[in-house]
Amino acid sequence: MLPELGQFALVLALLLATLQGVLPLLGAWRGSPAMMAVARPAAIGQALFVALAFGLLAYAFLHFDFSVAYVADNSNLALPWYYRFAAVWGAHEGSMLLWMLILNLWTLALAIFGTRLPEVFHARVLGVLGLLSVGFLLFILLTSNPFTRLLPPPLDGADLNPVLQDPGMTFHPPVLYMGYVGFSVAFAFSIAALLGGGLDKQWVRWARPWTNVAWGFLTLGIVAGSWWAYAELGWGGWWFWDPVENASFMPWLVGTALIHSQAITEKRGSLPAWTVLLSIFAFSLSLLGTFLVRSGVLTSVHSFAADPKRGVFILIYLCIVIGGSLLLYALRAPKVAGGKPFAPLSRETLLLIVNLLLTSAAAMVLLGTLFPLIGDAFGWGRISVGPPYFGSLFILLMAPAILLLPLGPFARWGRAEGRLLVRIGLQAAVSAVVLAGVLFAARMSGVPSWRAILGGLSSLYVIYGVLAFARKRWREAPRGRRYPAEMLGMLVAHFGVGIFLAGVLLTTALSVEHDIRMAPGQTETIGAYGFRFEGVTHTTGPNWKADQGAVQVLKNGHPLTVLHPQKRTYERGQVQTESAVEAGPMRDLYVALGEPLDNGAWAMRIYVKPFVRWLWGGGILMMIGGFIAAADRRFRLRREAQANASALHADRDPQPEGAQA
Amino acid sequence: MNRMLPLIGFVLLAGLFGFGIWWNTRHDQREVPSPLIGKPAPAFSLPLLDDPATRVNKAEMLGQPYLVNVFASWCIACGEEHPVLMQEARQLGVPVIGYNYKDDPDAAKAWLNEHGNPYSMVVTDRSGATAIDFGVYGAPETFLIDAKGIIRYKRIGPLTPEVIADVLEPKIQALKQESP
Repeated sequence: MLPELGQFALVLALLLATLQGVLPLLGAWRGSPAMMAVARPAAIGQALFVALAFGLLAYAFLHFDFSVAYVADNSNLALPWYYRFAAVWGAHEGSMLLWMLILNLWTLALAIFGTRLPEVFHARVLGVLGLLSVGFLLFILLTSNPFTRLLPPPLDGADLNPVLQDPGMTFHPPVLYMGYVGFSVAFAFSIAALLGGGLDKQWVRWARPWTNVAWGFLTLGIVAGSWWAYAELGWGGWWFWDPVENASFMPWLVGTALIHSQAITEKRGSLPAWTVLLSIFAFSLSLLGTFLVRSGVLTSVHSFAADPKRGVFILIYLCIVIGGSLLLYALRAPKVAGGKPFAPLSRETLLLIVNLLLTSAAAMVLLGTLFPLIGDAFGWGRISVGPPYFGSLFILLMAPAILLLPLGPFARWGRAEGRLLVRIGLQAAVSAVVLAGVLFAARMSGVPSWRAILGGLSSLYVIYGVLAFARKRWREAPRGRRYPAEMLGMLVAHFGVGIFLAGVLLTTALSVEHDIRMAPGQTETIGAYGFRFEGVTHTTGPNWKADQGAVQVLKNGHPLTVLHPQKRTYERGQVQTESAVEAGPMRDLYVALGEPLDNGAWAMRIYVKPFVRWLWGGGILMMIGGFIAAADRRFRLRREAQANASALHADRDPQPEGAQA
Repeated sequence: MNRMLPLIGFVLLAGLFGFGIWWNTRHDQREVPSPLIGKPAPAFSLPLLDDPATRVNKAEMLGQPYLVNVFASWCIACGEEHPVLMQEARQLGVPVIGYNYKDDPDAAKAWLNEHGNPYSMVVTDRSGATAIDFGVYGAPETFLIDAKGIIRYKRIGPLTPEVIADVLEPKIQALKQESP
């Protein structure tokens, strides 16, 4: 009975979404306040029903209702309750429902906190989000219903993919979807602005905090995914350029371009069309990312090929959403360049260059991801491109962006002083060289690899730029106005980029990886660390048995810690490696069990990975930066709504030029 | 016109996706023309599953035609294919080499113990690095390589009794007549 109720709730949500999608847009067009007033209650009602459906599915999992096919396929009696809850989004149907729920959360937030927006604009935004819901709910109900019954019900279910039975994985998809779906808000704002015509830059200011928060979540989602791959896959790798990762990375790149472009448009009125287009792209790539993984367009050879219905539905949905919005863009995008003029050397130009680089990088990733498909289409056979393609092109595209990064904040809007920028760039480069020299001399013997040198240099170069700008503000700006939240967020995020660079390049260059055979009692030495293998014992968990190794870690001969890597066999026979990591700010010690050899010996993987935490730390700093910037007082709507009502053009920035990020 | 460009780009992309879906429904027998067919197989040197210290390279395999079957314990379609191989592998008249792809050796051994081992030998490629040279798209895949080390046939997806009878065996027979 309850699963049917869940399905019914989704049908009701679909009806409300249709109301929310149609009436407010009509009302905004015909000037009918009554029709526009439908938006909020419909959005709130829709969110309640989707949440009810989600809750009922979770209930079915928690109460072992194997008469629901999705529950029977993805859980069993031995699965602990927290993984049964996470199993709700462990496979296709449920993850689509999670996506939907999160779209509702964003819509709900907008319905509640957006009431100070002009009525017509608010109605349009909620209307656009309602239309997105309609398509998604139809997709769930017609092709991916999580409530389908399985009769007669089996006594026990199958199992949740053991790869997903990890705390990191329970947390990764919701956060990632918060980011993906969050871009729907910037998208809806752009579409509403296009529909309204007379595209002034006001809407961009309203859209900025939402975009920054979505971007922050997406950053965290990617960091969590990378961390999970590192901890769980047993390889010590943190990024593989596989289609699933690329799917989340493309919207991130375009989203990064978008938050910078929004800053230009909001502050200077320049490039409004570019900002609109990036908003559409960011959300389109999020949709594409969600679906590419699901549709069977790329992954079909293995599992999804059986169901072309989903693929076709997805294609139609993408055509309507993306094609429709790009058509609208083609018809309504601002005709004049608009905004204040800027010189060839100005902050606008620098940001534009960086944006083009980021967008090209996203296009490059898209091309690489779709390459097997393109190969088919032109009869070249299925060719996939691997990390060498992505790695080298990506570095090539990002290197100039990194070079420009410290200069951006120093460049004035409109016209920048070339001499100042050159001076800052040189200072940063020189101090990076000196500091890197000192650090390498102090920490290491021998000649470090070029990658390590590059890593240290680029990281210090970026960090010097950030600190130099922070110092300049400290000296020049009056107390209390030194670091508005928006600028603080920018500084924190850019600092994060510096930390991230150090993490990536130093880890890649300095990691020591030993794949060896170890007999009990044997010690393997890497640098100052000794790893003594004590042997393997058996242990059991709620739904797995494991061989658990004990490895005594010594530093300079003194005991440091004992690591317990596991090799788990789940009830359904799947084998999963659980690496053991002794984490530290300067290095990770990473031990994973390979396979048993003769006489109690095991193949072991022992890695020392210096600075690996820095790359996630950098990512988390970027996320924090995004959240801080979103909290800027300037973005609060109280003043905007009044200003908007009284005088539309009272939007000149009160700060002096160049003072703000 | 400038403003139409994004739309045009998207239409092309959508066309590609439409093609992808159409292609996948049409190509159910999963015959994929590989750009490597008719070309020498890439050089490889891979450890044996049973004895990681021993490596098998391409030169050792020259002189007779053989099949390379890419499989993994995590691969569901390989489970479908496996009974077919158990039945047919011995009757093909050429060695069938199991190519254990991106897999945990333990899991692979357990899987072969449980379902039977149809292979004359099993090599492992944990990282999948060599598989990139072979243009492996995913497991299962099967390559037919002739006595001179040239790839003559490739199949993506599970082998079925029909495919073996209608396509693979005639090709093997033809190869055997070619080679002395």
